[in-house]
Amino acid sequence: MSQSNIQSVEGVEIEETKLKNSKSLWDHALENIFRDKMAVASLFIVGFYALISVLSATGIIAADWAVEVGPSYSAPGADYFFGTDIFGRSVFTKMIKGTEVAMSVGLVAAIISVCIGVVLGSIAGYFGGKIDELIVWFYTCFQSIPTIMLLVALSFVLGRGLVSMYVALGLTSWVNLCRLIRGEVMRHKNRDYVQAASALGGGHSRKLIKHIFPNVSHLVIINFSLMFQTAIKTEVILSYLGLGVQGRPSWGTMIDDAKLELARGVWWQLGAATLAMMIVVLSLNILGDALRDALDPKLKGK
Amino acid sequence: MNLWQYILRRLFYIIPTILGVALIIFIIFNVVAPDPALIMLGKHATVAQIAELRNELGLNKPMWAQYLDIVKSAFTFEFGRSWTTKQEIIQMIKNGAIPSLTLTLPAFILSTVIAISISLVVSFFRGKWIDKCAVFFCVLLMSVTSLAYILFGQWFFAYKLGWFEISGYESGFPDFIPYVVLPVIIWIILSIGPDVRFYRTVMLDEIYQDYVRTAKAKGLSERVILFKHVLKNAMIPIITFVVIQIPFLILGALLLESFFSIPGLGGITLNGVYNSDFPVIKAMTILTAMAYIIFSVITDVLYTVVDPRVRLK
Repeated sequence: MSQSNIQSVEGVEIEETKLKNSKSLWDHALENIFRDKMAVASLFIVGFYALISVLSATGIIAADWAVEVGPSYSAPGADYFFGTDIFGRSVFTKMIKGTEVAMSVGLVAAIISVCIGVVLGSIAGYFGGKIDELIVWFYTCFQSIPTIMLLVALSFVLGRGLVSMYVALGLTSWVNLCRLIRGEVMRHKNRDYVQAASALGGGHSRKLIKHIFPNVSHLVIINFSLMFQTAIKTEVILSYLGLGVQGRPSWGTMIDDAKLELARGVWWQLGAATLAMMIVVLSLNILGDALRDALDPKLKGK
Repeated sequence: MNLWQYILRRLFYIIPTILGVALIIFIIFNVVAPDPALIMLGKHATVAQIAELRNELGLNKPMWAQYLDIVKSAFTFEFGRSWTTKQEIIQMIKNGAIPSLTLTLPAFILSTVIAISISLVVSFFRGKWIDKCAVFFCVLLMSVTSLAYILFGQWFFAYKLGWFEISGYESGFPDFIPYVVLPVIIWIILSIGPDVRFYRTVMLDEIYQDYVRTAKAKGLSERVILFKHVLKNAMIPIITFVVIQIPFLILGALLLESFFSIPGLGGITLNGVYNSDFPVIKAMTILTAMAYIIFSVITDVLYTVVDPRVRLK
């Protein structure tokens, strides 16, 4: 009761000011994020990594990663910035080249899992009933299998390589977002604005996509950065298990190499890959927290 | 509805979940996976050899019978034999459970206690610089891959400084301790980040409730409020969070066990992965899924016991 009163009061105000000074959730969120220096710095770092990975994918930089530049296992110094690996290749160039795998794995896996999570979650939340029960059953089963086992099983079955890694990581990380979207869509579907849309003759898909989805899409943004960094971290584990990419450097394979190198005191490959990864994952974490604070005011400061 | 009826009903609901989990495992291993007979025999196998092995592995059975076998194994724990070691898998699991638990149980208890203590301190100083530093430090800890901690810890503290055993294991009560100290420390470092963040959120959820304001208005000290009121009320999410992690202790610490050569379930699973040992991977997946399902029932029941407000419906 009181809520609808507030809404109508706000409605009147908005009418009076003719929407001149009104700001959307997104405007507010952007403003908040740009006020947060850490978040801006993180955004720049993630952008920088993305730029590097695009440049390396197009062959402009780090195309010569496979070239022997010096003796095997030279320590970091003036000649070799981050030292060299067993074949005398520059660890620094490999680290740059590895960005490509990490960023693409993060991006594609996050997109796959967002697609599955959003589609299943909104269908379950919107239609309810038997469809909802079926989807809830499906993700309960999925969730009951520990992620690492599912991941191992999937990448095993799909074979080695980048594409199967995308699919395996994407298929194992959608449940959380699906649950959140389902809950939010359920809350929204009986709101006045959706009923108004249906009074105007809007069909299910129009109501769902045009009206409800924009109101739950902030969850997608918040979860995207989370999934992105989880995928980058998981790539390392899969590489260690021998299920990672082959034939080109990734941070995972570099860290995997380090398990034999450390006994000889060769720490720079582990150090370079860990450092490169830590910076981007940390930035994504800070960015994710800032986005959550900005877009979900209920959770402010937690 | 009384508690027993609720428990019975909740147990009844796990049947579709088990059937579903078995279905996912069946689809992955029996439908999508490449023919195991070809993997085991290699490229140069004759047709007769392949046919014989397929028969032996039960791959000639109709699809529904293969599916039923998986469902049955979830209850009977008859997983067959490993392809590489030819041992009964259930025997391997029995042997591996104790070493796994000697690592995961102390690690889990210690990390939970430490994380809850830190989160209490941090929420006492909420919004102050200690709080901000702690949160940042947690995120920093979480941003490094677990593999890096293990590799660095084993190389630096065990190999270079010689403070701990590099790897190995001995069974028996006091003998195993030196071998698990470093893995336990690494586990704690790995889990402190996410745990503190979670418990801090739980505490802060409570701190802004009305009853805390009332307690403050009555003139209770911050310390009494935190320990007597907030901690008690935060117990529900804490118990849920703790209990739901227990099934993963059974799986063991996959990477830690393999690096420190602890002959536990995690090591068995990883060997299964390296050797394409389908029955072992399947068995471990079914086992942990069953444990997860059972513990989620326990969590739900505990929930209603701890908090009578939760309606039994």
